[in-house]
Amino acid sequence: MQAETLSMPEPTRPAPILQVSGLHKWFGALHVLRGIDFSVEAGERIAIIGGSGSGKSTFLRCLNFMETPSSGRIALDGTPLGRTTAGKPDEVRYPESELCRVRERVGMVFQQFNLFPHMTVLENAMEGLVTVKRMKKGQARERALRELHKVGLGEKTDVYPGRLSGGQQQRVAIARALAMEPEILLFDEPTSSLDPELVGEVLRVIRQLAEEGRTMLLVTHELGFAYHFATKVIFLADGVFHEVGTPDEVLKHPGQERTRAFLDRFTEFSF
Amino acid sequence: MTYQWDFSPILARWPMLLDGLFNTVKIAVIAIILGVMVGLVLALLRLSPRRYLRLPSSVFVEFYRNTPPIVHFFWFFYALPVVLNISLDPLIAAVLALSTQSGAFYAEVFRGGIQSIERGQWEGAKALGMSHAQLMRRIILPQAATRMFAPFVERSFELVKTTALASTLAYGELLYRAMMVNSETFRPLEVYTTVALLYLVLLVSCSGLARLAEARLTAYR
Repeated sequence: MQAETLSMPEPTRPAPILQVSGLHKWFGALHVLRGIDFSVEAGERIAIIGGSGSGKSTFLRCLNFMETPSSGRIALDGTPLGRTTAGKPDEVRYPESELCRVRERVGMVFQQFNLFPHMTVLENAMEGLVTVKRMKKGQARERALRELHKVGLGEKTDVYPGRLSGGQQQRVAIARALAMEPEILLFDEPTSSLDPELVGEVLRVIRQLAEEGRTMLLVTHELGFAYHFATKVIFLADGVFHEVGTPDEVLKHPGQERTRAFLDRFTEFSF
Repeated sequence: MTYQWDFSPILARWPMLLDGLFNTVKIAVIAIILGVMVGLVLALLRLSPRRYLRLPSSVFVEFYRNTPPIVHFFWFFYALPVVLNISLDPLIAAVLALSTQSGAFYAEVFRGGIQSIERGQWEGAKALGMSHAQLMRRIILPQAATRMFAPFVERSFELVKTTALASTLAYGELLYRAMMVNSETFRPLEVYTTVALLYLVLLVSCSGLARLAEARLTAYR
């Protein structure tokens, strides 16, 4: 058995879907991201952890251009995004049409859900399909229903988001992102604004997506979940990747003093 | 001594007042429609990231907010012929004064409504891949409309009452007709009481309609 596997030709390393090089982000005088090089391959699940103000959310938000990088380039499928003028390689302009195409492929789930309150659950899940992908209503409806069923909200389609619990709202937001069939899904602290008893239902949905082999990046404080969910864990501190490795390496046997100190604060009150 | 109220001479001139009321509604409706268009343009300019678009719009809005309406009426009617040799019909002068002025106020209503929509809504829409135009049309404006509604109605009521200033240009709206009735009947108390009642009936019925419309608009809350 072992020999058979070994005799197989070495699989060629897949080209990264997303590639980041030399990423910096300034907010005025505040240097939030200080040079990040990074790539995501298909099927990877990356958990990003770090203290508040470490830049982990900003980093994630740069990947779908919710924040515009101050410098550095991001490439999708090997094609660098944005345009430069000849002679000024550092000044990258991002035309709206290009950003829209990127965001169709890189979905995002927010801490505050950001559902559209004037639309029903079903309309929320259909909105991107109808407005952005220009899909026919019937077809969009079908796909939206499929995703709503997947997150366990097939019965709540005609309700307005304001009538749902936080956990249900976040699951609708996940269905809305899934309906677009993104190649990469970004989760920005998806359970941080939920009551503790509602965290589980959202994490269960995310774990289900992991089992489907989706490519995902997750910024989270749920270290226990990150351990089971991720194929790779990144500890971000002071705007750089302080430690990167498997969940075991980073969360159980951190090599860096700083990572250990961060993890200690989380386990301080556990029993 | 007690005043002897007598409305009969006013009732006898009922058609005159009705005609005035009709003209008041006419000038108000035209000015609201034009004012909304002016206001939308001004609001979008004021929200522009480009300073050279923002600045003229801000100057326009501040000018109209900080000068008395009657002066605008006089400028359009009396100053334009002198300065630019343009003579305007009282109706047109009044409509121009009203719609530019209310446009400035509407602009602030629209801008406030758009800016009051939380950042998360803009981001949620962008994250789906919507363009600025798409997210404005599908996400921001529909929500902003419900928040603009109350101040918009408030502003429009102000505008309806401001139409009374058109009487100073001898335009035959309700107040001007009332002055004519008064000069024939010498019954100012009855005449102006009637005028007040007519405005009251007009605006109370409008506000009833507005409440119905608002209830439909905000049904999702």
